[in-house]
Amino acid sequence: MDGVHDLGGMHGFGPVEREANEPVFHAAWEAAVYAIMRASMSSGLYNLDEFRHGVERMDPAHYLRSGYYEHWLDGIARVLVEKGVVSAEELERRTAFFAARPDAPAAAVVAMPATPAPSFRWLAEPSERAATAPPRFKPGDPVITRNIHPRGHTRLPRYARGRRGVIHALHGAHVFPDTHAHGEGEQPQALYSVRFDAREMFGEAAEPNQKIYIDLWEPYLEPGEPRG
Amino acid sequence: MGKNHPNVDKYVESRVRALESLLLEKGILPPDAVDRVIRRYEADTGPLVGARAVARAWRNPDYKRRLLADSRGALAELGVEFDMLRVVENTPAVHNMVVCTLCSCYPWAVLGLPPQWYKSSAYRARMPIEPT
Repeated sequence: MDGVHDLGGMHGFGPVEREANEPVFHAAWEAAVYAIMRASMSSGLYNLDEFRHGVERMDPAHYLRSGYYEHWLDGIARVLVEKGVVSAEELERRTAFFAARPDAPAAAVVAMPATPAPSFRWLAEPSERAATAPPRFKPGDPVITRNIHPRGHTRLPRYARGRRGVIHALHGAHVFPDTHAHGEGEQPQALYSVRFDAREMFGEAAEPNQKIYIDLWEPYLEPGEPRG
Repeated sequence: MGKNHPNVDKYVESRVRALESLLLEKGILPPDAVDRVIRRYEADTGPLVGARAVARAWRNPDYKRRLLADSRGALAELGVEFDMLRVVENTPAVHNMVVCTLCSCYPWAVLGLPPQWYKSSAYRARMPIEPT
């Protein structure tokens, strides 16, 4: 989707600021969001692509004024409600309960389940799959990215659409996020590293000798002619 | 704090605790999960994992060749598990920058959790058009 999350190449966000002596987590609730994400994804309640698309559908103004773990919280809650794991009403009720009791730990109101939760995986499920067809392109082939604007999830950034590039490497066949985020299956596709001359995206504004490498799935690509 | 780390209102903390308690109750979230997350990323897994691989490559040309040719295999030698990762080398003529403009993908197992600047809108917006 052409959402506010697709930030590549935009102006106006100011300088990149480094925080001195930055802690791993800035608050305990951030670690809790991380744990919730790992546990709910390991349990198979949703997949990585559904999670990312959940975040992308945040209110755009809220997205820009909030940070990483608040993005996650919003995306996870959206997907868990959509999947019926929790209801919007029980989440609101429980939120109001803790808002009124700021010192109550999460376990304070919980009747612990008879069966303890399974341990979770630290890494996302591998995305590589056996190829179902030979790859359409090989390293060195010129390609042009399709000018697509799907309303759903895609990993083809807006600044890289309709651009000429060259296949740099083939990563094998991988789960296709554009279908996997929408319950339409894994539909593995060849995944390539595609090299672009930055002038193809940004013209004279590009820096000299700048190349941009983007990992792109085969359905994003058409055969192309080399850049001039 | 600054704009990269906006002040979070109490609603967010309450909502996290709400979700946490609902998932504890439904047997999805293990009771020790938050402690394990903190332990893993504050003590066990951080940028030093990647630094160890680089230091070994500096000392050992064979390892460096393996790290560049088969990054996953070379990291596995150090006990680091990763699904898909490719190590690249900076040279006097090539400087590599990594950005995820669409979310904030980062090699957690090798470098730990990303710093704030890497996840900031400013970095994600700027890198493709103005990387230096």
